[in-house]
Amino acid sequence: MTAPRFTKDHEWVRLDGDLAVIGITDYAQSQLGDVVYVELPEIGRHIEQGKEAAVVESVKAASDVYAPVSGEVAEINDALAADPAKVNSDPMGEGWFLKVRLADPTQLDQLMDEVAYQHFVEELH
Amino acid sequence: MPAQNGPPLRRTPLYPLHQSLGARMVAFAGYEMPVQYPTGILAEHLHTRAQAGLFDVSHMGQALLAGADAAAALEKLVPGDIRGLGPQRMRYTLLLNEAGGILDDLMATRLGDRLFVVVNAATKDRDFAHLQAHLGPAVWIDRLDDRALLALQGPAAAAVLERLAKDIAQMRFMSAAETTLDGQRCLVTRSGYTGEDGFEISLPAAGAQALAERLLAEPEVKPIGLGARDSLRLEAGLCLYGHDIDETTTPIEADLAWTIGKRRREDGDFPGASIILRQLTDGPARKRVGIRPDGRAPAREGTPILALGGAEIGHVTSGGFGPSLEAPVAMGYVEMASAAEGTALTLAVRGTARPAHVVRLPFVPHRYHRAYPNQPPQAGESNTAEPAGGTRR
Repeated sequence: MTAPRFTKDHEWVRLDGDLAVIGITDYAQSQLGDVVYVELPEIGRHIEQGKEAAVVESVKAASDVYAPVSGEVAEINDALAADPAKVNSDPMGEGWFLKVRLADPTQLDQLMDEVAYQHFVEELH
Repeated sequence: MPAQNGPPLRRTPLYPLHQSLGARMVAFAGYEMPVQYPTGILAEHLHTRAQAGLFDVSHMGQALLAGADAAAALEKLVPGDIRGLGPQRMRYTLLLNEAGGILDDLMATRLGDRLFVVVNAATKDRDFAHLQAHLGPAVWIDRLDDRALLALQGPAAAAVLERLAKDIAQMRFMSAAETTLDGQRCLVTRSGYTGEDGFEISLPAAGAQALAERLLAEPEVKPIGLGARDSLRLEAGLCLYGHDIDETTTPIEADLAWTIGKRRREDGDFPGASIILRQLTDGPARKRVGIRPDGRAPAREGTPILALGGAEIGHVTSGGFGPSLEAPVAMGYVEMASAAEGTALTLAVRGTARPAHVVRLPFVPHRYHRAYPNQPPQAGESNTAEPAGGTRR
């Protein structure tokens, strides 16, 4: 797997073979609090960079998750249906949301690397 | 805190304590309030149901009504039997407008010839202006803005409080006592907004942090924020003002008919009585019900409620995840044809049709401390859907 890239909306994406794995960051899960439900798109759906791709719900509220890259949904993390708390406990690992077949690999280059994202989060405080 | 529009946010006397406990603060009803502490809403919710939680509700409006027959004067504005309140007894009631709509919900407690009232934070200025304008010159309103209000809720609340004052054990649900806790004179009521046994404690602001720290030093007690306060009251089927009830909903539509005293029904002498009593006789067009989504997706406030045929019959007014049930729960208004327990409904969650059912409220059984558990509840303390606590946050 490649090193992850990050959006200003606190999603991450990294390449696993020819698929891009997408999730939300540790900062995002800490802000949301306990995740109780994740709504994922159907396999085969086309998602557009910057547009809504999934919904994550905490006890308190529902939040949109935006697609960091465009592409066709190839796989979703079914394990989140039974155990949405994986998003809290392992947001960059077992708490992944979906995998897409990238439409345009250069979209990854527009996103922040880990150092830039850490700076971005620090400046939010 | 992010920048806010409007006047600067106010702080309760416990603000420094919230900060030292690592609370996440949010704007609520003009105050900076703790929405959760580092353990998070789920753990806070479950802890309150298992042991005891301490809530800062100092943002709420407290006042004493004094003067010749304040109870009779208050009855001009509410449908509850206030004159019939025994000494140190309290009742959940509603401020009504002339159309029978709900201006606010409140707790009224008889203390000698005075009434102690607690109203919602977001509406307190409007409420006290309304009281001032309508109670008449013989009643004085003494706003207790210099007092804090703590809530200690949960099955261990009584055992904890008895360590500080033995007389607490004598109190029963929906009663008040003036007592000394940790060297401070407090007004304690056995009431709350979680469905659990518990207490609300009014005391001078200056002593609030010391008492809160004293209570938090007990092994059963943890601090609880507004997030869990909301999920606890939702599971208990209790209304939140401005969401489940407001000026467009009547007590009958809100399934709060039990708040209308028997004598008050006979006399019909409260605001909106003609409309409310007609709805009581003929049935309202719609009613607040409990809703359990069949799946895992929560249905939030505003979610359209559809009958099975697809017709829109109402909206969710409160909805989220019930940590004790480990399932989503909601309340909302539906047309009477769909209000019966067990009725299948459809919730339009973000445009997707999700199956759901009407269920009896509360979602989680109340565990109030009644003197005689086998006796039917008295007026004003129904044991079923809705009792004490009201709709406060």
